[in-house]
Amino acid sequence: MLDAGIQGVQMLLVLLLAPLLTGYTRKVRARILRRLGPPILQPYRDLLRLLQKEVVLAENASWLFRATPYVVFAATWVSAALVPTFASGLMFSWSADLIAIIALLGGARFFLALAGMDVGTSFGGIGSSREMMIASLAEPAMVMIVFTMALLAGSTQLSTLAGFMISPVAGLRVSAGLALIALVMVAIAENARIPIDNPATHLELTMVHEAMILEYSGRHLALIELAASLQLLLYMSLIACIFTPWGLAAQGASAGSELAGAAAYLVKLAIGGFLLALFETAVAKMRVFRASEFLGAALMLGLLGTLLLFVSRSL
Amino acid sequence: MMPLTFLMWLIAALLGTAVLAVTIVRMRMAPWVIYFMALAISILLFTAVLSCVSRTFAITQLTLPVGLPWLGAHFRLDALAAFFFVIVNIGGALASLYGIGYGRHESEQQRVLPFFPAFLAGMNLVVLADDAFTFLLSWEFMSLSSWALVVAHHREENNTRAGYVYVVMATLGTLALLLAFGLLAGPDGNYAFDAMRAQTRPPLWAAVLLALVLLGTGSKAGLVPLHVWLPLAHPAAPSHVSALMSGVMTKVAIYGFIRIVFDLFGRADWWWSIPVLAAGGGTAVMGVLYALMQHDLKRLLAYHTVENIGIVFIGLGLSLAFKAFDMATAAALALTAGLLHVFNHSIFKSLLFFGAGAVLTATGEHDIEHLGGLIHRMPWTAFYFLVGCVAISAFPPLNGFVSEWLTFQAILLSPELPSWGLKLLVPTVGGLLALSAALAAACFVKAFGITFLGHARTAAAGAAEETDSWSLAAMSILAALCFIVGVLPGLFIDALAPVTMSLIGDRLPSQLSQPWLSLVPIAESRSSYNGLLVFLFIITSASLTAVVIHRLGSRALRRGEAWGCGFPGLGPKTQYTAGSFSQPIRMVYGTYVFRAREHVEMRPPGDLAPARFRAEIHDLAWELIYTPVATAVSLAATRLNQLQFLTIRRYLSFVFSALVILLLVLALWR
Repeated sequence: MLDAGIQGVQMLLVLLLAPLLTGYTRKVRARILRRLGPPILQPYRDLLRLLQKEVVLAENASWLFRATPYVVFAATWVSAALVPTFASGLMFSWSADLIAIIALLGGARFFLALAGMDVGTSFGGIGSSREMMIASLAEPAMVMIVFTMALLAGSTQLSTLAGFMISPVAGLRVSAGLALIALVMVAIAENARIPIDNPATHLELTMVHEAMILEYSGRHLALIELAASLQLLLYMSLIACIFTPWGLAAQGASAGSELAGAAAYLVKLAIGGFLLALFETAVAKMRVFRASEFLGAALMLGLLGTLLLFVSRSL
Repeated sequence: MMPLTFLMWLIAALLGTAVLAVTIVRMRMAPWVIYFMALAISILLFTAVLSCVSRTFAITQLTLPVGLPWLGAHFRLDALAAFFFVIVNIGGALASLYGIGYGRHESEQQRVLPFFPAFLAGMNLVVLADDAFTFLLSWEFMSLSSWALVVAHHREENNTRAGYVYVVMATLGTLALLLAFGLLAGPDGNYAFDAMRAQTRPPLWAAVLLALVLLGTGSKAGLVPLHVWLPLAHPAAPSHVSALMSGVMTKVAIYGFIRIVFDLFGRADWWWSIPVLAAGGGTAVMGVLYALMQHDLKRLLAYHTVENIGIVFIGLGLSLAFKAFDMATAAALALTAGLLHVFNHSIFKSLLFFGAGAVLTATGEHDIEHLGGLIHRMPWTAFYFLVGCVAISAFPPLNGFVSEWLTFQAILLSPELPSWGLKLLVPTVGGLLALSAALAAACFVKAFGITFLGHARTAAAGAAEETDSWSLAAMSILAALCFIVGVLPGLFIDALAPVTMSLIGDRLPSQLSQPWLSLVPIAESRSSYNGLLVFLFIITSASLTAVVIHRLGSRALRRGEAWGCGFPGLGPKTQYTAGSFSQPIRMVYGTYVFRAREHVEMRPPGDLAPARFRAEIHDLAWELIYTPVATAVSLAATRLNQLQFLTIRRYLSFVFSALVILLLVLALWR
């Protein structure tokens, strides 16, 4: 019963924290650019306002267009709840391993890309087409990263993986370093951040993710925005639980250590958000076709990490 | 009565149906009668095998006094044959069910009806055959009856060419298999499979044998670069036959590969896995890249068959490697992954071809650039096709994900392999598998998005009607199977245990006894996946969100015009097309793989001719392999043609010199 409770707390925690992380990142970015920036709580207000507005649906939008926001939101929420945040070994953490989580996110993107094509405007098509091109490179890169980490820890299960990385056996590994760099690159691409895409732009020829969801409004848009925030939180939690698993409460730990884990998690998110904002202000957005070089590098780093492990196993 | 005898009677009944079809084909109810009989017999075959398997499973053998006089025709039902038998008959039953509705629109009944049951009978016989003669005879019977179905609409453009390429490739494949069986039989000519299992062979033969088997079964299954006939022939046939050819006949080819390599040859060396893995990885990526460049819906699906055959061969190659190094559990995992993917692919590929057939009958269009907006006109077909798309793109909780997940788990066990070649090859193959999965998702966004979403691009697409209820029934059963295998994979993996036991000597731990019906291939700390729970989580949270938002937020909805940057009344021509959708991927991958180039012709000012954009891609399999061979053959034929116009004296001198040379060779040989 307690296990189910902790799992429920995790589900609510990610849902409540996700807009805060987005607001915080925006604020930091604005401050670095010497702007005042919107208040940190602005994303919550935006979401509440959107939820109360009516939906304006294009004339030939089908049921798929209306169902997609719920599917995308639910898939992202479930995957975000399966990544350890403050504690590992949660009640349902074994129901999907890292490969399944990536596939779930891929499924959410698949439906979003379909919804982009549903209305039949060029914007939706351009967004879907570019999003799938970027995904076709980011997903294999992510799988290679999973291979690297799974070969190190001997498991694709996130809880086991985090447990391995915190143990003294892990040490410093070249492969893990390569995987970390590749994972950061993939996370940037998957969350439509600069230099791959710009979440703040609405300039026709440069949008990717925003073009795909251009026809959405009202509660549908709120769900998609929340899902995007959740995905950012998910990737930060993922990087945190694999590469900085310090403070993560183990299975059946005391309430105190779980609280400590939650505090450590908040600190990690704050650092992660700060670094992301810093990086985004330091680089410029790339042309769409340069994205393949960026992600191709991530793919090669992942492959290199895996190959090193395969080869070093016999040495 | 012995179960095998019963099966043989049923297969004879299928052949009888083919004969019946010839006699009654002119009658109006003929399609109904023939497809219904094929459906009934397929269901009987399927249930008969399942009831054999569910009781204590014993290998049954049967020898009929036909075929070679000193050999007879041997048949045998073991675990491997039973598994493929089930696939053949599920596919056959559902194609017949679909045919009851779809077959009514057929204009050339006399060219389809007799060959359809014959094709089913041929595939069943290949799976049961237990000697080389019966195997090859059934194999050819299957090839020729399907060839007849491919050229059923021989007046349509390109269909005769498809039939020609198919029959050439099928002949080549059978020739390779004939030689392979010759090597397996050895100098004494033991053509019964039992005798082949008992033989030992020198290692040089093994290399030749592997090449021949890969050529023979790979050309039928569609390994790159032997795949060229498949995207021509599969779409040319009527859609229920396309489903059978893509979903089932390629699986029979895989059966042939497994039967020869795992069973008849016995103990394969570790290096056998290298060509198999390389061919599998290359085929998976090339197949999906070809598919992305296609705008013909059925041809796109045929190229995806090529991709999935590659994924199956990755599983089989891994299993060969593990088996050679005595890692039995890992070999069982890889083989289970491959076999489960065989089953899954037969389901979702049939589903997708049925959907494509429904679209084809409703609109008369092959080209997806002329479709669009069908989700409004054909809602059920669209829904089932979407299920197929999600399944083949390997997203949870449907079945395609389970088998790809198992393949990934098998790859993760491979660092323990002691060979250096495999250490470098296997992770690369894993990367290729991940790449093909991601590209497949992009391809099915294109296929579904352009065909079913947006506005209708032509009047034919705008006037489409939902397909008949027989076809919908067949699609709904397949969609349900996609879902069931996805959420309860343990049921099907446990059913594969006898197959891996007989071929590897080990099996995966029983999955149905795991808590919460999870999928745990090795150990829970290592990896586990529970499709049922994931599905329940997503459904619960989605419906909870919908309820909460509709209660507490707003439920108001208004229809308005889509945003067109202020330009009113943008027509369907301004939509994204399949060509523009795949343009980024063509730019990223096609530049190397297809030598893709884009040409823009801008007219000088004052010239009234339109500006043109042209994309150019090359099919290198044709340009580098087949066209040179075809040119060489036709050149040789032209040269040899002169031999037909000689005087009698020169012919006699040719005969004489041939005799002398033969005698010389014979004398030197001794």
